[in-house]
Amino acid sequence: MSVRVTVRLASRMLLAALPLALLAGCAAPTPWVKPYEREHFADPIMSFNRDPVSSVYLDHVFESREGARGATGSVGGGCGCN
Amino acid sequence: MQLRAGGRGVHGGSARALSPFTRTLLALGIAVAPALAGVLPEDRADVMWHLYRGGDITIQGPSVLVRKKVGDNLSLSANYYEDMISSASIDVKLSASPYHETRRQESVAADYLHGKSTYSAGFITSKEPDYKANTEYFAVSQDMFGDLTTLTLGYRRGWDRVYRDIKTPQGFIENDPTFHERADHRGYSLSLTQILTRNAILGFNYELLTDQGYLANPYREIRFLSPGGLGFSQADQMYPSTRTSSSASLQLKYYLPYRAALTGQYRFFHDTWGITARTAEVDYTHPVRKHLILDGSFRYYHQGPADFYSDLFPRANYQNFMGRDRELAAFNSYTVGAGASWLFAMPFVPALGRNSINLRVDHLMIDYSDFRNALLAGTYGAGNEPLYKLNANIFQVFFSIWF
Repeated sequence: MSVRVTVRLASRMLLAALPLALLAGCAAPTPWVKPYEREHFADPIMSFNRDPVSSVYLDHVFESREGARGATGSVGGGCGCN
Repeated sequence: MQLRAGGRGVHGGSARALSPFTRTLLALGIAVAPALAGVLPEDRADVMWHLYRGGDITIQGPSVLVRKKVGDNLSLSANYYEDMISSASIDVKLSASPYHETRRQESVAADYLHGKSTYSAGFITSKEPDYKANTEYFAVSQDMFGDLTTLTLGYRRGWDRVYRDIKTPQGFIENDPTFHERADHRGYSLSLTQILTRNAILGFNYELLTDQGYLANPYREIRFLSPGGLGFSQADQMYPSTRTSSSASLQLKYYLPYRAALTGQYRFFHDTWGITARTAEVDYTHPVRKHLILDGSFRYYHQGPADFYSDLFPRANYQNFMGRDRELAAFNSYTVGAGASWLFAMPFVPALGRNSINLRVDHLMIDYSDFRNALLAGTYGAGNEPLYKLNANIFQVFFSIWF
């Protein structure tokens, strides 16, 4: 087998392997925290928003007195509150 | 309502064709189409009384929030919120009149679960004697990668009507017939929640907001040095008619080995008015046995001034845009908070086995770096007054039931 044929074969194998490699990269990763290991996230103290009625109110208090707004994870309505 | 004459307006766009919103919604739906299984929020009702007191302003009122599932896939919620405002703040003492008014806000929302996707929509309406605001919003959430990751894309749109109250010669308070402005708002958000380990979860939020229309407070005024004197004169504010802001926040929550939770948060904000702000917050939650949960928090906020803000302009018509709203000033703010929740079962009502009474107190301190107490100009001279400081207490008492 000449060198040229070997190179051509290697190139074809690489080309064939490329889509497989790409597909492997797109595959969903195996969950590294199993469902039975997530009991702490069911505890209300681990919620980002344990009491929505309270957190929305505090967001409103700050937003009325500050120039910054947004990225709080909740949607507030408009008002002429300053 | 603060009773003043004068002011100006710009442009406003109001309800138009639904095509931009429809396109956005379709794009969101296509972006997160696959369907597996998520979780709807719990059925719950909260009744709260809130009180803010500081800077000669008292704001208090009720808030009632009810959420209920309808079938297995739909959850509906409604909120009624009220602010009863009594204000004699430094702003109204300087350029308006002390006032009392009530703001009422109502909202409804729906969450529809389809496999691992949740589709949400809501509408919020707010009414004051001199300001009416409507907001609609839509969001799509998708659980991914073995439910370790939740991605949410959201869109919101608001349209406001801005009025100004005046006192008639007969003593009645009514909207100034010569002043009626509009403001439009749009927002685009992306949120990501990621379980990192069996004890740690990360949250990321990004939000882009744009506004167009009348964006100033029609009662407040700028001040500028009076020619050749120690005093100052006042004139209407001149705000840009557009604003675009970006904010991004990161939250990390950690479950401690003895059943407690520690949260760290950071937010960065920047807008086209030149305001840059940073927020950092630490929260600690500590359950005591089965019936008591204690919370403590500290929040730090730093803000740089808007490009067109000045406490005291050198002269009238000094530049195109001029503002003196203290929300645009440079300041540092510190908030210390504590809360307690008592969990109990309702006596003689087996169906209501989980309820809580909650109390939360926050103390807010704002140290302004370039906003002075202009009411003291007669004593110190304009521009030499002491910097203004705000101290406020914020109380919340609420009762929650899960059913």
